[in-house]
Order: sequence, then structure tokens, then C-alpha cells
Amino acid sequence: MSRHETVIGLEIHAQLKTESKIFCSCSTRFGGEPNENTCPVCFGMPGVLPVLNKKAVEYGIKMALAVDCRINSRSIFARKNYFYPDLPKGYQISQYEEPLAEHGRISILSGDGEKVIGITRIHMEEDAGKSIHSSTENVSYVDLNRTGVPLLEIVSEPDMRTPREAVAYLKALRGILLYLEICDGNMEEGSFRCDANVSIRPRGQEEYGTRTEIKNMNSFRHVQKALEYEVGRQIDLVEDGEKVVQETRLFDVEKGVTRSMRGKEEAHDYRYFPDPDLTPLIIDPDWVEILRADLPELPIARQKRFVSDYSLPDADALVLTSEKDLADFFETAVAEYNQPKKICNWIMGELLGKLNERGLSISGAKITPGQLAALVRLVDEDKISGKIAKQVFVEVFDKGIDPEKVVEEKGLVQISDSSALEAVVDEVLGAHPDEVQRYKDGQKKLLGFFVGRIIKETKGQANPGVVNKIRSRKLG
Amino acid sequence: MKITREEVARIADLARLELKEEKVEKFAFQFSDIIGYMDKMNSLDTSGVEPLYSPSENRSVMREDKAKKDYRRKDLLSSAPDHDEEYLIVPKIL
Repeated sequence: MSRHETVIGLEIHAQLKTESKIFCSCSTRFGGEPNENTCPVCFGMPGVLPVLNKKAVEYGIKMALAVDCRINSRSIFARKNYFYPDLPKGYQISQYEEPLAEHGRISILSGDGEKVIGITRIHMEEDAGKSIHSSTENVSYVDLNRTGVPLLEIVSEPDMRTPREAVAYLKALRGILLYLEICDGNMEEGSFRCDANVSIRPRGQEEYGTRTEIKNMNSFRHVQKALEYEVGRQIDLVEDGEKVVQETRLFDVEKGVTRSMRGKEEAHDYRYFPDPDLTPLIIDPDWVEILRADLPELPIARQKRFVSDYSLPDADALVLTSEKDLADFFETAVAEYNQPKKICNWIMGELLGKLNERGLSISGAKITPGQLAALVRLVDEDKISGKIAKQVFVEVFDKGIDPEKVVEEKGLVQISDSSALEAVVDEVLGAHPDEVQRYKDGQKKLLGFFVGRIIKETKGQANPGVVNKIRSRKLG
Repeated sequence: MKITREEVARIADLARLELKEEKVEKFAFQFSDIIGYMDKMNSLDTSGVEPLYSPSENRSVMREDKAKKDYRRKDLLSSAPDHDEEYLIVPKIL
């Protein structure tokens, strides 16, 4: 065990899936023409006033409730002042002194059992625009479509002790956002972003070491790699008698290292003050109670239910419930055909394998839960063999046609009819008199040869049980 | 409380303002006066008083989440010093 203990805290920015922006009625749609979804509020024109989106507040409250936060009945919007062209007003509207919610917690599973991570605060703010820096000319291009998209910033306590725990926390938080259907959780497109504060300290020491802030991690894998690198870097510094400098570092995806972004640090004086354009946000406790009553089942609860109701192994239940759509797919299939373990196996094996191979998510797949259930039923009813079922699955997956139809059109029905199979058995035995003689003389391992031939003759459609019966009757 | 010329220069820098030398001196005096007045107010005991975040008595007003498009990009871009009919163009950052 290392002499050093790692301390990690995470700041998450989650884009909320509202139809319109947080302080104006422009669309939040991603993609499209640059500056298409903008207005004088987005442009920071003099005299415009922000008007808060009720849905954004509702989503913030839902998230706060899902992670057991205390919701502040009065919260304050503040101006965070800095200059950057993708923020035309010269300040970002955020929350500072009195955030929407505080003091929450979330359970994570990281392989070392269940652990509770504290949530310091959740606040609301507006997203900034995007700029593209010209490589040939001395200019930057600014697109304000993202300006004003509602964000929830979720700040954790420095409770994580390994990069793996940090990733488990991120996954748990993302899972909740997806279950609440308030964020699409896409790390590559930036609708779910993560910055990490990392430090080390001698094991047993109370006081925290000097921390660095790590940015630019666009996937769970990046988070894991960036944090592992950064922890190693800090340990090397300290063991060489040097000091960790408090700074912001960017993860370099290509090289797998973190790099200092010097120069930006010094200017960090945001001069927060309450935004006079927005009155304090007063939250009616009745509204909170209505939202609380309406909360869906959350991932951890659903995972535990999958283990108890369907007798699934913990690991399978964790994978199935990690994505709401996947868990819904499973439960819809089980409602069609009550064989949870078999359906789970097909999802864990063939379905996730194919989705991975094609880079698809379950919501983008053509196969329906009913079709998967029907396929499992076909095998159980001996209509097709397990081997044929895998072929049928690929057809259903690619084309979204019913498995019964695939079986019928391709003539894949399992042959269980003894008289039909008997003819095939006779044919195979007749074609190999030498082998038959050797078998009868005691070379019993030729059995596999015969069965293989018979199955091949029927293109895999022979019912192996029936074949075996006929064979033993004929050959003894 | 005395505000130094260095502090004025730093605040001007944060606000992206370029100040002539004589203005720095002038603002240092003015800032000191204002802060001095704040110090006087800070000497009052306000421990039992709720902070006032807004002088308005109104509660927060919220709007329904409906997207609308009321402005044409062409018109918005035309108010900017430079654009290429799609993007705003600004001096290079980074």
C-alpha cells in the first residue's frame, strides 16, 4: 500500500434537456446553423432582462431530491465576472452564496462494495457559447447557440480515494440524470462534463495536500487515465522533495498526460455579486413535495429489485440498470415472456455484443423487447436450436423483423420429426460404411463424427436430442 | 481604508480598462472614499438582520419552457463589429 492517500473531488456540469434556454426563449437544440438559436439576451444587448425557465428549476429540484440534498427555499443568482468572447455580457449568471441545494449524498458501487459520497452543493447557471480559433488568420469565430443553455453544476465533497471511485461516482450521477430524464449524459458532445480536483497526502494526515484542477476529460476512460496520471505525477513530485503547485491542468488525450495551462490562473478573480436583474428564487415547499412524489425509481433501487425480483446476479443487474433504456428493454421483454435469466443472458451476451460492435445504444437498435422475448420462446419451445437462434438474432438485430418471420422465410425450423430425421441418419450411415464398421468394432469416439455429419446434412436444423435417439437405436 | 494605485491598476485590468496615470491617482482617492464609507456602515451590528439580496419585494417570476424564434440571425449579426453571415468574428483568443 502506498504511503500516500489520494483525495479527489469532482465538479459536474450537466446540460438540462429543456426545450428553451434558461433565461430566454431560444431553442436549446444541438447542431444546426451557427448563431441560429440566438436573441438579444444571448447577445448581451443593453437593456435586455433574463426571465427564468420554470422547467430548468424543476429539473434542478428533481436532481437535488434524488441525491438527498436540502433544497434552499430561497436561492440567489449571482454574476460571475470574466471576459471571454463566447460570453458577450462579460459575466455568467450563476449561483454563489445561496445555491439551489446543499448537503446531499449518493451511494456508489466501485468493486470495493457500497460507499457514500457527499454532495456539497447543486446550483444553476447558464452555459457559454463556443469559439473556433482560426489556424490561418488572427481571428476567432463565435457561435452563441449554446449561450444560455441551462446547466446544473454538481459539486462533490473530496470523498473519493481512487480514480476508480471517481469514475464510479460519475457513472452513478449520470445514471440518476438519465433516469430522471433531465440530461442526455453525452460526454463526447459535452452535455455531461467533468472537472476534477486532485491532491495527495501522507496516509493518516487530516489536512489536505495542495490540489490541482484537471479539465478536458471527455469520457469515463479519459477521467480514469487523467486521474491515474495526475496522482502518479504528484507522488513523484513529493517523493523527489518538490512541491505540488496549485494550478489548472488540461488532459492531453493523445499523450495520456496532464499539462499545466499557465497564465490563466492569475486572472481568477470573478468578483461575484448578486444579479440585480433577477429577484431571489423562492421555492414553494408544496412544489417540492409534488416533485418528490413524482420521482421515478432510481438506478440503485432498480438494481436491488432486479436481484431480488428476477434472481439476477449483482454484476448483471448493475449492467442492465446502468442505462435506463436498457433496463426498460429488459423489463418489457420479461413482461412478454417470463424467463428473466434467459432474457438477461441474451442481452448481456448477444445484444450488448452487437450494440458494441456497431457502436449503437439500445435506443438506436432496431430489435424490440418483444422480438427478443419471442426468440427466447422459440428456443424454449424447440422450434429452433440455440445455434440457429444466434443466426436468427443477427437478422432480427439488423433488420428489426420478427424472429418467427426470419425462421419461416429462411426455412430454419428445427427438424424434430423422427421420420424425416431417420432418412437423414440412414443416408449418413449408408455413405460411411467403413466408419460404421469401425464404430461397431469399438471405436466409440466416432460417435461425434456421425452426429456432426447429421447436423451438417440438415444445415444445423436437426434437433440434437432426436438425432441422438435415432442414432443409438440404429448403431447401438 | 486606503486603496493603493496598484489595486486600482489591477481592478482596471480585470475590467479591461486602460487608465491614464493621472486617472489612476484620482481613482485611488475616490475608491478610498467609497470603501471608507462602506467601513463606516460595516461598523454597525447587523448580526440579527437578514441580508438583502434585492430591493424588489417581488417574488421570482418564471416562464413556461416554450421555445420561440423572434429574431433573425441576419439582424442580430448586423449589430456586431464583424461577422461572416454565420459566425461573429473577434480578435483571436488563446
